[in-house]
Amino acid sequence: MDVRHLIASELPRVRRYARALMVGDPHGADDLVQQTLERALERTHLFQPGTNMRAWLFTILHNVNANNRRKLAARPREVWDEDVPEAAFAIAPDAHGKLELRDMARALDQLPREQRETVLLVSLEGLSYKEISEVLNVPIGTVMSRLARGRDRLRDLMQSNPITPTLRRVK
Amino acid sequence: MNAKTDPDLDAMIHAFVDGELDAQGEDAVQAHLESDPNAAQRAADYRRQRDGLHELYDDVLSEPLTAEMRATLNTPVGHRRNSILNAPVWRMAAAIALFVAGGVGGWWGHDVTTPDASNMTAQSSPYVSRAIGAHVVFAAEVRHPVEVAASEEQHLIKWLSTRLGRNVRAPKLAEAGFELVGGRLLPDDAKPAAQFMYENQTGQRVTLYVSLDGAPADTSFRIIEQDDTSAIYWLEDGLGYALAGDLPRKDMLKIARLVYDALIA
Repeated sequence: MDVRHLIASELPRVRRYARALMVGDPHGADDLVQQTLERALERTHLFQPGTNMRAWLFTILHNVNANNRRKLAARPREVWDEDVPEAAFAIAPDAHGKLELRDMARALDQLPREQRETVLLVSLEGLSYKEISEVLNVPIGTVMSRLARGRDRLRDLMQSNPITPTLRRVK
Repeated sequence: MNAKTDPDLDAMIHAFVDGELDAQGEDAVQAHLESDPNAAQRAADYRRQRDGLHELYDDVLSEPLTAEMRATLNTPVGHRRNSILNAPVWRMAAAIALFVAGGVGGWWGHDVTTPDASNMTAQSSPYVSRAIGAHVVFAAEVRHPVEVAASEEQHLIKWLSTRLGRNVRAPKLAEAGFELVGGRLLPDDAKPAAQFMYENQTGQRVTLYVSLDGAPADTSFRIIEQDDTSAIYWLEDGLGYALAGDLPRKDMLKIARLVYDALIA
């Protein structure tokens, strides 16, 4: 499989991660994936065959995202009218399990970005701690502490979420 | 409930859940969990988070790639930046694809917002808020909504083109039920800008703002909202366009498409 096909086959994963990373902004998430795709195609010569394409793409995405944040810092905030949170949390509140999911999306949104990145790369994308330390360019110890803080925060947020008090699990 | 636990144990629980331990480590943690309900609960919670994330986001895996992603994947690297992506034909095709998608259902807004990614970050929109401001002020004006009326369209176009130093046009929007009312010259951060106003039979108005505040690179449509007014804006050939109005998104997009098609024709 050539590099281009390899990239194409991993793109849905990259998109899933971007969607979760940018909770409530699916458009921005796809923009980010598109930029990542273009950057990756420009740099295929830097990809070492046999290494992990998925981690490579996540690394590029991470760097593109960091650049974007720097550039966008001074931009006016754009607001979408189609109920942005509902798009992200579009889950029918008809079952207890589903409600918990919606709480989760909200809680995820409240995590500091570093913790959200780490939790998602571990729990959603299944990368190893070592891979994540390379993607985010931080020591493994940092990955582990972000993960621990992120997961515990997520736990607390979901347990204390005031939106669905009647459905909180009783322990 | 969340009693502080031994940080080493905590790290082990995470590593256990994530499959980072060797067999020996797994056995040790497993044994511990059986005698420590609190720790076992943590492990279960972390697993449930993982399952929840998959349930929330795995649907993305089966979404078709955007038209832009597919185009990028199908275009040889050397050609992308300088010719195909920026060529009007490609952009028109993309715009049409967006609107075809738009007709299908609730997801159209999703595609419409996809800009040419190369300039997503470069694009800034200070003129857009001025366009919205000008819309709010002048669209509400009953007696003097425009400086030059549509009855003098040729003069209007010539005048605004001269003042902007660029050929500007007032696209025909009859297909969407809107007729040109006229236009005016506006200050746009120390530069001149043009505003064209259109009206339909029910008196609804939309304005098209043309700013010199463009950027070197073109973009596709983006949308900004301010109270009840929305603006669809894009950059094309060094000019910044903003279509402002109070209509439903679907109608705004239809008009924006007419404008876009007319301008690149």
